[in-house]
Amino acid sequence: MAESILEVKDLSVYYGVIQALKGISFHVDKGEIVALIGANGAGKTTTLHTLSGLLKAYSGEIKYKGQELTKIPNHKIVSLGMAQVPEGRRVFAQMSVLQNLKMGAYTRSDKNEMEATLANIYKRFPRLEERKNQLAGTLSGGEQQMLAMGRALMSHPDLILMDEPSMGLSPIFVNEIFSIIEDVNKDGVTVLLVEQNAKKALSIANRAYVLETGSISKEGDAKELLNDEAIRKAYLGE
Amino acid sequence: MSFLTYLINGLSLGSIYAIIALGYTMVYGIAKMLNFAHGDFIMVGCYIIFSVSAALSGNSVVGIIVAIILCTLLGVTTEFVAYRPLRGAASPLAVLITAIGVSYLLENIALLIYGADIKSFTSVINWEGVSFAGGQLKIQGVTIVTILVSVVILIVLQLFINKTKQGQAMLAASEDKAAAALMGIDVNKTIALTFAIGSALAAVAGALLCSAYPSLSPYTGAMPGIKAFVAAVLGGIGSIPGAMIGGLVLGIVEILSKTYISSQLSDAIVFGILVIVLLVKPTGILGKKVQEKV
Repeated sequence: MAESILEVKDLSVYYGVIQALKGISFHVDKGEIVALIGANGAGKTTTLHTLSGLLKAYSGEIKYKGQELTKIPNHKIVSLGMAQVPEGRRVFAQMSVLQNLKMGAYTRSDKNEMEATLANIYKRFPRLEERKNQLAGTLSGGEQQMLAMGRALMSHPDLILMDEPSMGLSPIFVNEIFSIIEDVNKDGVTVLLVEQNAKKALSIANRAYVLETGSISKEGDAKELLNDEAIRKAYLGE
Repeated sequence: MSFLTYLINGLSLGSIYAIIALGYTMVYGIAKMLNFAHGDFIMVGCYIIFSVSAALSGNSVVGIIVAIILCTLLGVTTEFVAYRPLRGAASPLAVLITAIGVSYLLENIALLIYGADIKSFTSVINWEGVSFAGGQLKIQGVTIVTILVSVVILIVLQLFINKTKQGQAMLAASEDKAAAALMGIDVNKTIALTFAIGSALAAVAGALLCSAYPSLSPYTGAMPGIKAFVAAVLGGIGSIPGAMIGGLVLGIVEILSKTYISSQLSDAIVFGILVIVLLVKPTGILGKKVQEKV
């Protein structure tokens, strides 16, 4: 059996009195791409925000590399090796591309290692190097997505959480972003992918979970889910 | 020649407003709150210098250092005790009203300790100043020092924000706290640091203000505090160069209108300018356009 890097058990989260997550359990194995699909409001972003500590869990556990995360303050999580590419990219618009990337490495202290990571990221995203002195707010949506990914990779994560990376992008960029996700994964980074573009997500993922109004309604091999009649109807628009 | 003198005096007063406005604007930029007690930190700084200097028979350097340290502690403590618990409260008014409460608290504590009578403050700058053109143009030492200090503060702050990791974290947290936390930035600590810097600057502003206008009462900080707030809004709240420009404009307008129009009307003119600028450019001179979230 593969070694699991993330193990979520009976996780419940509330927004005030509304229960956004109703005791979900799932796991991510080392080296996998796991997709979390579902309609708007199903709780996908809530799940990622709770993993990163931006939202507090009401009950349940989140074990990352065996360590319980629910009691750890959010700013300490990235240095454990878990980074997030947030929904809507959330780049620092008034800072330059390079400054944004350096913020991604905020918790790292070794300058040489950081420079090496930066060189790698420039190799993967040549456009970021071309625009390194430009303010992030002036980049196109696709470029901002690349920056958000590069920024998360600057922390040298073992697990990367991606929230709707294809949202609002042109079809060409969507394909590019998904092939980059596959490349990042091939380099050894485990990926938990939240996507509304279920077809694309399932086509690159190993396994997937379907989230429906705060509960996991289906899980399994991504290719099998891609051929599942009910899934095709509900999420692939067929 | 006399116009030049007034202009330089305006520049000096404006520099004091600018240093106070920096505290307002930095705190607003990151904590998105107006610390209406900021002006009273100045008064606290002045009383500390006053007391320490008296105890050390006139040694104001030690007084200034003690004032900077204690004001920094006061700022950080106020943030931790009074403002942090209200961050994320249902209404942003909660923390605003608390800040007004802190302001009254500090003024009344000063009243309790020092009484209501005005104390005469001995200038921390003993330099006479320089005169040009055969004594026609005289510039006081405190005027020159004030302008120089404000320039140094601006440069150091800009270097800190653009060149250090902590400064960059401050910038990132002022743009997007959640994204900053995802980078591993301790947002609470960053906000505390901002309060520390703002309050230390208030102590410096206090030393300069009371050296130029040597009367000290529990309400000494109130009016300069409000004027500096106006300066910060005028320059574009949240913007560091904006606070500087806003402060200078305000100081020069105040002195020139006091001299050439009417000393009673000068405050009305200052606030009138605020109204006009905000009507024409609601974000202030250097204010950024608030982008609509899609």
